Amino acid sequence: MKAMLKLVVALAAAMPAMQAFAALNIFACEPEWGALAQELAGDRASVYSATTALQDPHRIEARPSLIARVRSADLVVCTGAELEAGWLPLLFTQSGNAKIQPGTAGFLEAAQYAAKIEIPKIIDRSLGDIHPSGNPHVHLDPRNIAKVAAELGERLARLDPAGADAYKARAASFQERWRAASQRWEQQSARLKGVPVVVYHRDMSYLINWLGLREAGSLEPKPGIPPTPSQLAELVERMKREPARLIVYSAYNDARAAEFLSERARIPVQMLPYTVGGSPRAKDLFGLFEDTVERLLAAVK
Amino acid sequence: MHRTRFMALAFAAALGCCHAAHAADDLKDLREQVRQLKEQYQQRIEALELRLLQAEASAGKAQASAGRAEAAANQAAVQAGSRPAGENALNPAMSLILNGSYANLSQNPNGYRINGFVPAMGAAPQRGLSLGESELAVSANIDPYFRGTLFAALAPDNSISVEEGYIQTIGLSAGWTQGLTVKAGRFRSGVGYLNEIHPHAWDFADAPLATQVFLGGALAEDGIQFKWVAPTDLYVDVGLELGRGRSFPAGPEGGRNKNGFGSGTLSAHAGGDLGASTAWRLGLSQLRTSPQDRVYEDLDSTGTTVRNSFSGASRLWVLDGIVKWSPNGNSAHTSLKLQGEYFRRSEDGSLTYDTGAASLGTRTGSYASRQSGWYVQGAYQFMPRWRVGYRYDRLDSGNTGAGLVASGALAAADFPVLAHYSPSRNTLMADWSPSEFSRLRLQWARDQSRPGAADNQVFLQYITSLGAHGAHRF
Repeated sequence: MKAMLKLVVALAAAMPAMQAFAALNIFACEPEWGALAQELAGDRASVYSATTALQDPHRIEARPSLIARVRSADLVVCTGAELEAGWLPLLFTQSGNAKIQPGTAGFLEAAQYAAKIEIPKIIDRSLGDIHPSGNPHVHLDPRNIAKVAAELGERLARLDPAGADAYKARAASFQERWRAASQRWEQQSARLKGVPVVVYHRDMSYLINWLGLREAGSLEPKPGIPPTPSQLAELVERMKREPARLIVYSAYNDARAAEFLSERARIPVQMLPYTVGGSPRAKDLFGLFEDTVERLLAAVK
Repeated sequence: MHRTRFMALAFAAALGCCHAAHAADDLKDLREQVRQLKEQYQQRIEALELRLLQAEASAGKAQASAGRAEAAANQAAVQAGSRPAGENALNPAMSLILNGSYANLSQNPNGYRINGFVPAMGAAPQRGLSLGESELAVSANIDPYFRGTLFAALAPDNSISVEEGYIQTIGLSAGWTQGLTVKAGRFRSGVGYLNEIHPHAWDFADAPLATQVFLGGALAEDGIQFKWVAPTDLYVDVGLELGRGRSFPAGPEGGRNKNGFGSGTLSAHAGGDLGASTAWRLGLSQLRTSPQDRVYEDLDSTGTTVRNSFSGASRLWVLDGIVKWSPNGNSAHTSLKLQGEYFRRSEDGSLTYDTGAASLGTRTGSYASRQSGWYVQGAYQFMPRWRVGYRYDRLDSGNTGAGLVASGALAAADFPVLAHYSPSRNTLMADWSPSEFSRLRLQWARDQSRPGAADNQVFLQYITSLGAHGAHRF
C-alpha cells in the first residue's frame, strides 16, 4: 500500500505541468468547434480537439486522454444531437468536473443553436443508428456556423469576463468575414444547384441543403450500417437508370465503396474534407469551405 | 355573281333612298358606340378589379402561409431544443442486454473446478442452449448533485440480483475537489481492468481464469468509492474503496457481522495517447480483506466431502495494462486491442479442517499461500464488423503451507485441492457485429483447469443491447 502511494506521488511529480497557461481551457468534441473556438478566443484560450477529421465522431471511446482533458476544461463544445452519445456521457461522469456538466455555461451543444434538418418521424433502431434530434452534422452549413459562433462568443465572454471586449471584437470581425465568405461561396457554387450527388453517410445533408444540391442516394443502406456487396450492386443498377453527377465521401470514410460505385456506374468520385483537417487546405473553417466548394466545382464540370 | 349584284343594289338603295335619315342614325351610332365602349371598359375594369382582388387574396395567402411556415419552423426549433413535457419527460435512460449461448463441452461441467485454488471458483458453463444473464440498466441524474445507476441481472434460473446499484456525485464544486467523484452503493470494484466492465462488453464469452479465482468472477462490493483524476494532460487517477466484504475474497458470504469495513482497495491508473493511433492505460491496485470462516469443500483421504474454512488476511495485487490501436484512431475499418492483467495474492491465517466434524474431526492449523495468475488477450478487427481474438490464461497455485500437514496431524491427501497445479487455457474467438447493437460470437477453448482432463469448449453466443445508447468505455 505504501509502495503504491509512493509510486503515485512519483508519477504525479514526474509529470511536467503541461497545462497551457491560458485564461480558458476549451475541449472541443470535433475539430470544427475547436477551430471556431480558436477563431473567437484567439490566444486567450487553449483549445483541445478530442477527434480529428480522420475519425468517425460516432465511434470514439472515452479514452483516458479525453477524461484527463475534460477534467481540466472550462468549456466543452460538442455537436450534440446524440452524435457523441457513446462517449460524452462517460466523460461527464468520469471527469469529476462540475463546470462542464450539461445545463451549465461550460457545456455548449452546437446542434441546439443550429437549424436542424432530417428530424426523424419514426424513431426506431431498425432504421439504423438514427438521431432522434435530427441530423447532427450541422456544421457543413455556414449559416449554422454563424449561429453557433454567436452563442459561443457570448459563452466565452461569460466564462472569462476579463476578456469580454476582446471576445466581442473577435466575434464581430469573424461574423463579418464569415458573411462575406459565405456569399462568395454561394455565388461560386451557383451552378451546382440541382446537381444530384451520392453520399456515403448522411453527414453531407447540410452541405447539400445549403448549396441546393440533390441527394440521389447513399452508400450506407441505413445510417451507420456499412453497405454489403449486393446493396452496392443494387445502387450501381439504380445509378445506371438515374445517374447522379457525383459521388462524395468524407475524409474519415473508407474510400473503397465509393470508388467501387464510381467505377461501375462511371460517375466521378470526390473526397470532401468534411471538417477542419480533412484535407491539406482545410486548415481552418474558411479553408474547409473554400476547399469543399472548389472540390465540388472541379468534380462537376 | 348573284350575291355581288344584290349587294350593289342594296348599297345604291341605301345611298339614294335613305339619305334623309342619315344624321339621326349617326347620332344613334355614336351613342351606341359610347355605350359599348362604356360597357367594355366596365367589363375590363371589373376584370381588373377581380384580378386585383385575387392577387391580393393570394398575396395574403402567401403571407399567411409564410407566417405559418415561420411559426412551424420556430415551433420545430423549440421542440428540437427541448424534451417533451409530461410525466414521461424525466424518465431515466433505460437499456436492456439480451444474450444467449450454445455450449458444447467435452468434459462434464458438473465436476468443473480450477484446481489449486479455493474455494472452487470458476463458473461452470451449461451444456447445450441456454439464456445468458439479461441485464437491465437504468440511470439518470437525481438532482444537481447526484447521479443514480442500477444494473439488475435477470439470471436464467429466474432469479434477480442487483449487479450494481449506486449513486455518484456529478462533479463536485471547483477547487481541489475538482476531479473527485464519490460513489456509494454496490458497484463493480476498480481493481484491475476487466472487473469494471460488464460481461456483455467483454471480448470473450467467459471471464479469464485469473479473474475467476482471485475475484470470484467479478468483485462488486457494497461500499463507498473515492476517485480523483489529477489535473494533468496525462491521465492519472487514484482510487480508494471501502467495502462491506460481502463476497469473495472476503468471507463469509454476505459479509461479517461487524461495524467498520470488510474490504479495502487502493488503485492508481495512468493513461494517454501515443500519437493519434494509439491509446494506453496502465493500472496497479491492491485489495485487502480479512476473511472469517471462508468455507470451501474438499474430498479428504477417506473419500468424504468435508467443509474446511479459512480465516486470516488476504492481499491481492493486480497489475493491468491495455493498448488500443487503429489507423489514425479511426476504428471503423481496422483496430487492435491488447490487454493483460497479472494477479498476485498472499493469504495468511488459519485453516480449519472438517468444520462439520463429518470425517476425521475438526482441527485447526496455520495456513499461508502465495498464488499468482495472469492472462493476455488480443482482439483484432480486420474489416468492418469482423474481429478475431486470442487469449492465453495461466495460473500458478504456488506454495500453500497448511500447518496441519506440516505438523503431521493430517496428510496432504486430506487436502487434494491444495495440491500444486498450474491451470492454463487457450481461447480463440471470432465475432461478427451486424451493428453497434448486436454481436454474434464463436469461441473455442482448450481449458486445462483440471489435471489430466483437458476440456474442449465451443461456445456460440449472441449479445444484443436495446434502448439507450451503450457507453463506449475504453
